Amino acid sequence: MADGKFTVSEKSDPTAGLSLDRREFMKLVGGGIIVFFTLDESVLLGQRGPSYPTDFNAYLKIGEDGRVTVYSGKIEMGQGVITSLAQEAADELGVALESIDMVMGDTDLCPYDSGTYGSMSTRFFGPALRSAAAEAKTVLLELASERLRMPKEKLGVENGVVFVTADKKTRVTFGQLTKGQKITRKLEGKVVTKSVSEFTVMGKPTKRVDAMAKVTGKAQYAGDIRVPGMLYARILRPPAHGATLKNVDTSAAQKMPGIMVVNQDGMVAVLHQDPEAVEKALASIKAEFDIPKPTVDNETIFDHILDSSPRAQESDRRGDLAVGEKTAATLFENKYLTAYGAHAPIETHTAVANVEGEKATVWISTQSPFPNKNQIAQALKPYGFAPDNVRVITPFVGGGFGGKNPAQQAVEAARLAKITGKPVQVAWSRAEEFFYDTFRPAAVVKIKSGIDGAGKICLWDYNVYAAGSRSSEQFYDVPNNVIRVYGGGMGGGGGPHPFATGAWRAPGAPINVFARESQIDIMAAKAKVDPLEFRLNNTSDARMRRVLQSVADRFGWKKAAIPSGRGYGLACGIDSETYVAEMAEVRVDKATGNVRVVRIVMAQEMGTVINPDGAKMQMEGCITMGLGYALSEDISFKGGQIFTTNFDTYELPRFSILPQIETILVKNDELPPKGGGEPAIVPIGAVIANAIFDATGARLYRFPFVPDRVKEALKKA
Amino acid sequence: MKETIDFRLNGKPTKLEVEGDRMLLWVLRTDLNLTGTKFGCGASLCGACTVIVNKEAVRSCQFPVREVRGKEVMTIEGLAQNGNLHPLQRAFADHGALQCGFCTPGMIMTAYGLLLKNPKLSRDQIIAGMDQNLCRCGAHNRILQAIESVAKR
Repeated sequence: MADGKFTVSEKSDPTAGLSLDRREFMKLVGGGIIVFFTLDESVLLGQRGPSYPTDFNAYLKIGEDGRVTVYSGKIEMGQGVITSLAQEAADELGVALESIDMVMGDTDLCPYDSGTYGSMSTRFFGPALRSAAAEAKTVLLELASERLRMPKEKLGVENGVVFVTADKKTRVTFGQLTKGQKITRKLEGKVVTKSVSEFTVMGKPTKRVDAMAKVTGKAQYAGDIRVPGMLYARILRPPAHGATLKNVDTSAAQKMPGIMVVNQDGMVAVLHQDPEAVEKALASIKAEFDIPKPTVDNETIFDHILDSSPRAQESDRRGDLAVGEKTAATLFENKYLTAYGAHAPIETHTAVANVEGEKATVWISTQSPFPNKNQIAQALKPYGFAPDNVRVITPFVGGGFGGKNPAQQAVEAARLAKITGKPVQVAWSRAEEFFYDTFRPAAVVKIKSGIDGAGKICLWDYNVYAAGSRSSEQFYDVPNNVIRVYGGGMGGGGGPHPFATGAWRAPGAPINVFARESQIDIMAAKAKVDPLEFRLNNTSDARMRRVLQSVADRFGWKKAAIPSGRGYGLACGIDSETYVAEMAEVRVDKATGNVRVVRIVMAQEMGTVINPDGAKMQMEGCITMGLGYALSEDISFKGGQIFTTNFDTYELPRFSILPQIETILVKNDELPPKGGGEPAIVPIGAVIANAIFDATGARLYRFPFVPDRVKEALKKA
Repeated sequence: MKETIDFRLNGKPTKLEVEGDRMLLWVLRTDLNLTGTKFGCGASLCGACTVIVNKEAVRSCQFPVREVRGKEVMTIEGLAQNGNLHPLQRAFADHGALQCGFCTPGMIMTAYGLLLKNPKLSRDQIIAGMDQNLCRCGAHNRILQAIESVAKR
């Protein structure tokens, strides 16, 4: 190339010097242009474990037909990155959104990705993809320049066509440029991506590209995969976590026509090509278990968490707590609790495994295809499987929310497929889903805080148990501040919990924000200062002040000391580098304790917005899901036994409880895109608790705010 | 015991040789490979498996296939006619009334059943009619708007 920037290999074997994986990749995806580039270091922060590969990170392919295939290790579970990532690629490349095909979560085709969680797709994968697309466009311009005998500077790009700016009829399509070519280029130096003012596809409200597939029933999920000869499997489950199998009698199942029984390495399973026959076979199995004596239940778990908490780690310390206490005119000491919560996606954990010779292909409803690939390889290791022998394919995922990072069901399906020699589908029943879900952990927050005579917060002694530190970071201007974190919330099994817990949409943040924002309100009430004014008086964080002001303007917030009887609440927070402030209006039926949320207004500032429509959908979804943890969702258990088995006792938000929801995106193009999948959910518990207080003078210290708990609080008010 | 069940499925005459006590959901999903109808709870609590039988929305996870004999069954796959989307499908797409999409077929079929009974539904009637269908992603308000936009025509 003229500027010497590229390593050109048009005439040689484009796969020369690449790893075997890469050769395989090239064979799988066929011809076209494949671009390798150097990633900006900040992008690498978004990956846990191995970073995004820099030697063979091909993210997109421009086909001879002009269609562009984007490869992403991220998956689509409803959060909408299938659309926003396509927008990013289309815009940087200069093609229409409609010409993009997304391939997501296929471990043989997509660059390694640590998983779709933490609101990281647009923040971290997005920049990588945009760089790839921008570089591909540069390559195409070079090729067009040669073809059209025109310097690059005199060319323009639009909808997959390179044209001479002065004579638009002299043109060549991307498809023509790549036709018959197999070009691999490695680009070095800093990649220049578009600035916000240059956006043509990004930043525009864009309809979901998966909508057509989803409204016609054509969208495939893991359970919709059909492999010839596939058997459905059900596995014998213990009645409680920690229970051990004493004896099992599968003789009745063995007599059922066509039923295959597996009893191997601690797994007892029945298989058949008819899922209902499998259900009957499972019911016929007689099994006895030893169940450990339960030591905790819904009520005693909180003391247990406090008693068994590990040593604290300080995540933040400034000033001197003793000084803060001395300065304080009023001290406040409170304890906040949250119950266990389920992810409860409508699609239960599902996988289909097909083992042929040395290759296992597993379709999984998962958020983490690459880590799952390693887990499956580990489980198949006794049969000589290495990670390279396993391919994970992720179809559409029917909701994840953090619960589909673990994929126990896929390991089960893979093992059964290997044992039986048949393709196997494992789809959990709703009861299995509640039993094996990695719940949002029950947790406790204890806060001691103080305000001085002028209503300034002078002391913040914050202690969170079993939830982790997320969103507990202090953005109020407190001179004497300590945040102590006693154990994280993602510990899997063990810890203080009688069953597995894990990441649940913004892990730990709902309880941390509930505690902080309730405490702030309590202090505002005591100081007889309007809660918005109290917050503004106590934070100089400009981004926070802006979202607070924005939400107040839209809501029509009028200054009042609380409780005002109006039923207005306010809460704010930071999550995934995004700022959120929410206001709610509630009505409380004092006789029944029933809380009706009438209206929620929310302002979110998330840096540059790629798809404003998609961002708003996530905000609405977060608000709605938040209503569940705030008002009704509660897991009932004793020891390792889970009594909540279906939606009759686990009450999800439904149409009749939905408030009017208004969302505002506060513009800030100065910052790159920040997280969007989780932030809006974090203040919901607090905003409703604060609104209940404003309506009634009753303060709730534990969510969910079920009617009995509200009535109890009303008695104390 | 296997029995012969004749019925119409998405407008086409269909004959099955199946055990009549099997649930319609699984016959659709396995024998007929119509996977648009989803399993969500197995207990008629979530509505993901909703299909139309003789103009009534039913929960196919608890609906024995025997009971479709001689009847007209419609699933999400049968809603579009000659490649033209049903107005409800168009409205769901236009209003962004879905996220993960797993509850969507059941939502659309439930709404379709409501509109068959009453083409001019009020918002309150829509809420009451949809209230037993669960969505975890929180697309509720957009789903209501989508149905409302069709009900008002």
